[in-house]
Parts: sequence; structure tokens; C-alpha cells
Amino acid sequence: MELLSSSIDLIARWDVMAALLIGSIGGVIVGGLPGVGAAVAIAIVLPVTFSLEPIVGLTALLGIYGSSMFGGAIPAILVNTPGTPVNALTTYDGYPMTLRGEGQRALSLAYSASFYGAIFSIVALMFLAPVLASIAPMFGSREIFLAALLGITLVIITHRGQVLAAGMLASVGIFLQTIGIEPSAYTQRFTFGLGWLQSGINLIVVVLGLFAVSQALVLFMDKDKPIKLPDVGRPKVLEQVRDFWVFKRVATVGSGFGVICGMIPGVGEFMSQFMSYAYAQRTSKTPELFGKGNPEGIVASEAANNSVPAAAMIPLLALGIPGEELTAMMLAVFYVHNVVPGPQLFANQMDFVLALYLCLLLLNIIVVVFLFFATSTLMKAMTIPNRFLGMMILTFSLIGVYSLRNSLTDVAIASGFGVFGFILKRLDYPTSPIILGIVLGKLMEDKLRTAMARVTTPWEFIDRPIAFILFTMIVIAVLFQGWTIIQARRERASKVSDV
Amino acid sequence: MADDVREEPHVFPLGRKPGEMLFCTLMLVLGGLLIAAIGWETTWLEGKRLSAQPRFWPTISLVGVVLFAGLNWLSRSKVERTPGRWAEAGIWLRSLEYVGWYLLYVWAIPLIGYLPATVIFCAGLTLRLGYRGRAVWAAIGFALFVVLFFKSAMNVKIPGGALYQLAPEGLRYILLRYF
Repeated sequence: MELLSSSIDLIARWDVMAALLIGSIGGVIVGGLPGVGAAVAIAIVLPVTFSLEPIVGLTALLGIYGSSMFGGAIPAILVNTPGTPVNALTTYDGYPMTLRGEGQRALSLAYSASFYGAIFSIVALMFLAPVLASIAPMFGSREIFLAALLGITLVIITHRGQVLAAGMLASVGIFLQTIGIEPSAYTQRFTFGLGWLQSGINLIVVVLGLFAVSQALVLFMDKDKPIKLPDVGRPKVLEQVRDFWVFKRVATVGSGFGVICGMIPGVGEFMSQFMSYAYAQRTSKTPELFGKGNPEGIVASEAANNSVPAAAMIPLLALGIPGEELTAMMLAVFYVHNVVPGPQLFANQMDFVLALYLCLLLLNIIVVVFLFFATSTLMKAMTIPNRFLGMMILTFSLIGVYSLRNSLTDVAIASGFGVFGFILKRLDYPTSPIILGIVLGKLMEDKLRTAMARVTTPWEFIDRPIAFILFTMIVIAVLFQGWTIIQARRERASKVSDV
Repeated sequence: MADDVREEPHVFPLGRKPGEMLFCTLMLVLGGLLIAAIGWETTWLEGKRLSAQPRFWPTISLVGVVLFAGLNWLSRSKVERTPGRWAEAGIWLRSLEYVGWYLLYVWAIPLIGYLPATVIFCAGLTLRLGYRGRAVWAAIGFALFVVLFFKSAMNVKIPGGALYQLAPEGLRYILLRYF
């Protein structure tokens, strides 16, 4: 109880509340604009938050992170274009419902499922927090190294059909973080005698280039698509909440998948919603209607993806390990303020952690109330032409890059990564492995160096329980991937022989 | 095909995109060149264990780049190609025009100031993108909003323009501080 009141004290301030309001409503708007998304918005806002207190800055970023998927469901349902990539499955059943004239019902189901998923994960994590606080101190250098290695491994193997490309890009990320003067023996690495490379490549500059500048370039090279918005009518809140409650089993299981997938570094929204959608389809009385406007499909997808943000904060806060690109960006805010996420934060500043969860809880309430009453106004933002939106993103991104150090070199580097990210997006290659490679690569280098100074044999590296569990998980993940490849080859071979 | 996709949700690409092999080749070559430079771009410290060597992680990562790029090249080469490799490369190069606009914008800020540079950039780029009439005014309005919100209200660190020095003393301070 004392912990709770201390957490409430931390957030009961006008600046935290303003950050929460701006972040959550801004996140919904950004999520509702196809082609922008939370990653672009967080990349742009990130440097601005450096001048704020950690709780204020993180609240604003959490607001965007936690609410963008709510907004992303709107274009997914109404115009068959997901606002954020993780709303892709929502289009399968949402858009057919809109075509049937049930757009308002589909939106309400999406909002309710998103809200349910978010609250489910926050409550689950509040109960899990004491357990995590007791486990967190058991993580030493070798456990953190292995957890980061597990994160990288999972980031690579969860990119189904793109494992090799993801491996290549994660390696690029790990390489990028080695550039500059290394902090142990102070020797130069890949600076090519250039002074501006000595301090290394700034994560924020890379993030802005890969997410914001590249997205602007994608929009510039695209054509404007006229968007015809359907008339969805007025919401009937109580009736629609009752409608959602029929699907509470699907929502609960989906949220459970979200919590589990969110807590495992490198897995996240995609995996959770696939699992949730597959479960809903398998257990449905009308599986044949999935993909043709089955409300269960919307509930499964939205509950699963919205339960991830709160869970994804766990490895970040407890171990300092970001599970995906958005939490990797948030890690930068911690570093800027010399707040080191990890076992100590979880053990000693539990009120701060709880305050962040309270913020997540509040933002979900704000967003769902906002959406039930402001969807039709928000829909107008979706009519902004693509390339005009690109101009807006490029203008915003300058604030992020240039305000860091007023450096033209930073802008040039961000532009370089912008073009690189643009090529990756054109090829449908993922960009998140690069960011995770940079963040986790640095962590792995530091922790391996520290850990190896204390061990004499390889077995000693994994002789502690958590280290052994993590090592086993890595081995299982790699073996599972190998088995999947062999299975896929066998299937292909049998198809060819059938033909 | 669309029905197949709906039955088995799959948001990841299955076919080979134009330019994919070109990109893999470029990554392979770049990775190879960087590996070749490891000898003089990193240091080997005598008496230090392997994990503490400054050369250790660059080597691991670059081997990863080359290995994965090579395997990706091999695996993608077996997938049926979509024509248009050089047209795609042309699109990559065409994107550099907008990078030019961006760099010009940043270069102009310390000279003419954030407000004029932003207004010119937004309006100019909007015209370049083919919009006319109300869209240009919307772009100017957007530029004003960005400057007033981020520089004037949020006090984001963006330098004042050299041009502002020409303004009378009282106005000069306001321009440098807020615009």
C-alpha cells in the first residue's frame, strides 16, 4: 500500500498528466495514420524527451507506444490498410465487416478488445512484479549476456521467411555499435581516421534515419491513394461493450499470449497475434468465417497485440534488455538520465516501476474514452495525402536529429540510414534487427567481458540455474529453427514430387 | 491467392522482390571489404583474453554479416525472380533527391533561421511533390505550428539564424530566442 501511494505521488503532477494526455492522444492519431506508426513518432519525440524528467519523458513515450495500436485499428477496419504493421490481422475480419455495414461494431470490438488486453496485461504484471523483483537480483553479467543473446536469437528466428536477412541486419547492428573508441582499452575501431566517427554512431541518429527519414522517402516515392471513408454512424457504448463480452474467452486467451510473448525479448506483437488468431479460429464455432468478417478474429488480434506493450516493459525494466525496437528507443531515455534499468531498478525503485504501470493503466482509460467519442473526427486525419504526410515526417524528424547536437554530420548520417531503411522497406526487409543489434550488441560486449573475467571454464559460464535455463532456451530455439527449416524443405520436396 | 493468405495469416513476403539480389550482393561486398580492413582498423592487445580484445566483436559481427548475406543470397537465388532490378535501383537513387532537400534545409537553418528555413522547406517540398493551392497554405501553416510548438514553446535546441543578427536589437533577441 505504501508502495502504491509512493507511485501515485510520482505521477500526480501536472507535467506527468500532460505528457500522458499528449502522448496517448498523439499516439492514437499517429497510429491512425497509415505510414506513420509508433516507431516513427517515438523516434521523432525521443530527443525532445531528453530535456524532461525520466518519468515525464517515459510517460509521453509510453503514451504513444500503448495507444498507437488502438488508432491503428481504425484504418485497418475502415479502409483495409493497417495503421501500424501489427494491425495487419485486424484487416482480415475488420474490413469485411465494414463492407457489410458493420464498421461501427467492428471498431467498438477492436477498442474493447484492445482495452481488455491492455488492462489484462497490466493487472497480470502487477501481480508478477514481486516475483520478478525477487528473481531480478539473480541476474549477473553472464545471465544478462545470455538473455541478450536469447533476445537476438529470437529476433532473428521469429522473422519467418526472412531469418537470413534478419540475421544479416542484426549483425549489421552489432557491427555499428563497435564503431568508435571502445570503452575498455580506448583503441579505435573502424574510424578510418575520421574524427566524427570516434564517438561512435549515435543510436538516436540511426533510429531517426531508419524509421522516420526512411518512412518519409517511402511516402514520397509512393502515389497518393484517395481514401473514401465509410459512414460508421454513432457509437452505442453500452450495447457494444455487451457485444464484446460475448467474446471474453478469446480476448482472455489472446491477452495471455500477448503477455507471454511480450515478456520474451524479440518475440512481441506479431507472434502473439498469430497465436491468438490461430487459437480463435481453431476453437470457433464458425472457423470458415475467419477472414470474411468474423468478430472473433478482430477480438483475437487486437487483444493480443495490445497486451504486449506492458509486458514488453518487463525485460527492459527488470534486466535492461529491450525486446523490440520501441523499448530499445525507450532505453535511450533511461541512459540519458543515468537511470540504469536492470535488477537494481526493480529491487530498489519499485515505486518508479509501478508508476509506469499506473501510467499505462491511465492512458488506456484516456484512449478508450477518447476513441468512443472522437473516432469520426480522427477519421478525417486519415485523408491527409501520403506524400504530404512524408513532408510532415521529414520536417518533424529534423527536430529529433538536429536538436541533439546541432550537427550537420548527424543529419547526414541519419539521411544515410534513411536511404538504407528506405531500401530495406522496399525489399520488405525488417529494420528492427538493426536497432536491437546495436542495443543488445553493446550489452553483450560489456557483459561478456565482465563475465569472462570471472570464469575459468565454459561450463562455469552456465552453472548457475538462470544461466543454464537461458542457455537451454537458446539451444532449443536454434534447434527448433533448424527443425522448421528441415520440415519446410521436406514439405516442398513432397509437393514437387506430387506435381 | 488472396484466399490462401486469409486462411493462413502470413504478413511476411514469400516471393523475391526486384533488387533483392543486388542488395544482398552489395551487403556481401561491403561486409567482405570491412573484414579485409579489420587488421588495420582494429587492435589486437597482447596478453588480453579473447573476449576482451577490441577486435573480437567487430570480427564476430562482420563474419555474421558476410555469412548471413551469403546464405541469404544463395537461398533467394533459388526463388523465382521478379524482373526490374535496375528500375528498382533507379528508385533507390531517386530517393537521394529528397535527401538533398533535407540536407539543404538543415544547412540553411544557421544561415536564415529556423522559421524562414522551415516555411521555405515545407512550401517548396509541397510544390515539388505536385501539390498546389490550399495544400501549399496548409504546408506553411504546418511549418508555423512546428516552429511555434517546438522552438518557441518547447524550447528545443535549434540555433538562431545569422540573418537574425541584422534585425533591430529588441526584435533580434525575440527572433534568436523563439524563432
